[in-house]
Amino acid sequence: MTLVHNFPFFCILLCMAAGIFTSVLKPKAAKALTFVVAGTVLVLSALTLRLTLQLEEAYPFIMGHFPAPWGNEIRIGRLEALMATGFSAVLLISLLAGMWHTSNFVSEQKTNLYCIMIDLALAAVLVLIYTNDLFTVYVFIEIMTIASCALVVVRQNGHTLVATTRYMIMHLFGSGLLLLGIAMLYGITGHLLMVPLHEAVVNIVQTGEHMGPLTVVIALITAGLAIKSAMFPFHGWAPDTYAFAPPLSSAILSGIISKAYIFVLIKFFCRVIGLDVIISQQITPFLFVCGVSGMIIGSIMAISQRDIRRMIAYSSVAQIGYIYLGLGIGTKAGVEAALFQMLVHAAVKSVLFLSTYELVNVSGDHKHFRYLHGAGYRNVPAGIVFTIAAMSMVGIPFTGGFIVKLNLAISGIAIGGWVRALVLIALALSTLLNSVYFLHTVVSIYRRPAQELDYPKPEKTLPVVAVALFTSVLLIIYLGIGSEPILRVIETGLKTFS
Amino acid sequence: MSKRRSDWESRPQARFRKWYKEGFLALDNEIIDHLTRTTELPENIEDRLIAQQEEMTSRQHERTLALERLDQYNMLAWARTRGRKAISRLYVILALALGAMMIFFLLETVALMPRFGDPATPGANIVSERYITKGLEETGATNIVAGMILDYRAFDTLGESTVLFIAASAVLILLRIDRNKDGSPVQELIAAESDDRHYEPRNDRILQGSAMILTPIIFLYGIYIILNGHLSPGGGFSGGAIISAGLILYLDAFGFDKAGRFFTYKTFTWVSFFSLSFYALAKAYSFYCGANNLPSGIPLGTPGAILSGGLIMPLNIAVGMVVACTMYIFYALFRKGGL
Amino acid sequence: MWQLLYENLEQTVAVILFGIGFSILLLQRNLIRKIIGLNIMDTAVYLFLASMGYISGRKAPIVVDGVTQTTAYINPIPAGLVLTGIVVSVSFTGIMLALTIRLYRRYHTLDIDEIAMLARGEDA
Repeated sequence: MTLVHNFPFFCILLCMAAGIFTSVLKPKAAKALTFVVAGTVLVLSALTLRLTLQLEEAYPFIMGHFPAPWGNEIRIGRLEALMATGFSAVLLISLLAGMWHTSNFVSEQKTNLYCIMIDLALAAVLVLIYTNDLFTVYVFIEIMTIASCALVVVRQNGHTLVATTRYMIMHLFGSGLLLLGIAMLYGITGHLLMVPLHEAVVNIVQTGEHMGPLTVVIALITAGLAIKSAMFPFHGWAPDTYAFAPPLSSAILSGIISKAYIFVLIKFFCRVIGLDVIISQQITPFLFVCGVSGMIIGSIMAISQRDIRRMIAYSSVAQIGYIYLGLGIGTKAGVEAALFQMLVHAAVKSVLFLSTYELVNVSGDHKHFRYLHGAGYRNVPAGIVFTIAAMSMVGIPFTGGFIVKLNLAISGIAIGGWVRALVLIALALSTLLNSVYFLHTVVSIYRRPAQELDYPKPEKTLPVVAVALFTSVLLIIYLGIGSEPILRVIETGLKTFS
Repeated sequence: MSKRRSDWESRPQARFRKWYKEGFLALDNEIIDHLTRTTELPENIEDRLIAQQEEMTSRQHERTLALERLDQYNMLAWARTRGRKAISRLYVILALALGAMMIFFLLETVALMPRFGDPATPGANIVSERYITKGLEETGATNIVAGMILDYRAFDTLGESTVLFIAASAVLILLRIDRNKDGSPVQELIAAESDDRHYEPRNDRILQGSAMILTPIIFLYGIYIILNGHLSPGGGFSGGAIISAGLILYLDAFGFDKAGRFFTYKTFTWVSFFSLSFYALAKAYSFYCGANNLPSGIPLGTPGAILSGGLIMPLNIAVGMVVACTMYIFYALFRKGGL
Repeated sequence: MWQLLYENLEQTVAVILFGIGFSILLLQRNLIRKIIGLNIMDTAVYLFLASMGYISGRKAPIVVDGVTQTTAYINPIPAGLVLTGIVVSVSFTGIMLALTIRLYRRYHTLDIDEIAMLARGEDA
């Protein structure tokens, strides 16, 4: 075991230690430390990815002196390393583009606490990506929930308080269901580590004893994680939360944190239960229906919004629908498309929230479309970045969104029958709806205002913000043009994943 | 006679009929009216400034309340329309149906779960077998549960302490009242201080006397529970909760001024910082050694002795301090938004 | 089925309590009652977990007189999980109470629907 094998563990530890250390730092130092942590995690994850690309198999890393069925462990493979790299890159870009505005939302004495939340949220995301233990999943999901709640409520007005309360209540339902599911699964298998759990589950499926409880466990855990990741019928908390939180928090919440829950769900499906059992238990059709209806109803709701941030929040619901559509198709190809969509959506959605903030900022802090006329001329970089991100959401070729839709269509076609028709219709309809509202937004930010409104002089956009936004545009275009190697990593990673 | 009448009105059927006719709002308004009917003014106001402050806040309160009443009246007038009532009733029925359905399915599941108390449950497998038979020798702790959570599954417990830390930070974000840039208190803080004077003790002999006797005993008991965590039931979490109960009792009896002599916001930050960093570093060292197959070199001691169990006792102490600080700061923040 | 449920009485009670807590969290509009529902729900899960570890006739897992046979003690794992779960639910209760205090100070009511209505009228 070389030093590089330890890097994921170092990443997790670094984030947690930074979170603890931030509590005694000065606000400026706290911000600097957050940047350093995100950068270091990105570098270490990239090195881990390089290592795992050379290895054939995923390797376990024991947290303590005791091997698999007894002690905690994390498991590092290509897919995990790819996700960690992608998410930490998105986090670093969001921090570079959004950290400078936090003083508008967060009072100086609470900056430290805000940085603690970011560090620990990153730690929890990393643990959820790497962990191989179901109970660790529960504990760190709770850390992530508390961190995201604090990320929202740090901007203290009535709207965020109400949004956070709703957020907490929904997430409490999710946690309760998840914990009950884990408790039942422990009761029928006697294991908490994922590999022995899978053996026990296979045994249950073969002998048929405790098969009823197993179905209930799958339903409980799926429902819990679906609530937490804003799957369509449970998305009620999402729009308010994303719309009223500080832009950096919205970027982190919808870009990274909601994806971590879905990654856990995929891990639960593929590694703990096994996709074949999931399909035979009729869970996938449910996810499929929810995904399709989320794609369409989320887009329709987005069209009806008059507030640009709420519109983006609803489009987030629609995009989560794509991920669940991929899972609901139930083939390896579908899961791969879902995983790729997770990366693309993380990159696109964070940049959408942050560039929207820039556009709103030059329009006298008004979020309604009629005040945004001409914002694309008042802040040229943000306008360009927003346009390209919107193109990716619609699915124009050469952007990440196009590849996602292509892959979803291909995996749907491979199945045949009514699924094929439904996937194609849903994709077409949702593309149409997406283009309606994003075209409307892009047109309104580039339209000359009817009468010269007297906007207050905005703050100047820092060059680093523009650079960060353009970097993430490059990322989106890279995901559109150079997607082949990433898709291959996902494909080979998924084989060694379970 | 009137008493009987009110008895009759509070019967379940009558309440149900009222609910059916007017929805939840009527019932809740009754409760709110009942609660807000008597508002006592504080007595024994010594400080003139604080009296003025209180008068100002109460006037503000009245004004906002009146405005809100008006707002609420307008909104309730809208809310009492038939459509909304129907929706809320539908929601209640759907929610009840969902709850009942859930209980039904879970009961079906429970009927198929392994039997209660059965020696051959799936839980009694190689995992628990090793914890029981080898636990003493591998972790050095007589308390198998302590050995399990602080050695075999220590990563979970590290996460758990982080949950407490992050919860304390979140409550600080929500409730801590900032000061001005130059350190002078803001208006809100002065208001909270004056509000908190209702809860400050006025040299209550009974409370202070019993706190004098009880606090040291509670502290000693908490410390005993923490130090014996690896030998007997208990450990950092329970011991820390007991110590924080002692701290809260002291605070209630003697007030923030006296408690502030040994426990300020700085104490909280530094104590939790040191305990958590010790925890994280110690466990990081042990994880690193474990994963790379290096000997950790921490002696386990003789089982049953107080100095045994390797890292378990120091970790218990660290956890205990974090828990005590967190619980105490929860209480202080709930009371007046700061220490 | 009644016979089976009676044999698993602890778990039966636990899931009924879970359903009750779940319904309270869903139904009550008063925030404090919602928090109580949350606590009932969590405690029910702990009861469920604790009942899973019990094996009749065996003792709590604290080694006495150096006896380390499996047949002497119950399963220690659920106890550890419950310990972790309790801490998590305490943290959640703390945060929910803090939120409630903030909302009450701002809107002078605990009814979540009313609070939402009042908040809707404010500027974003």
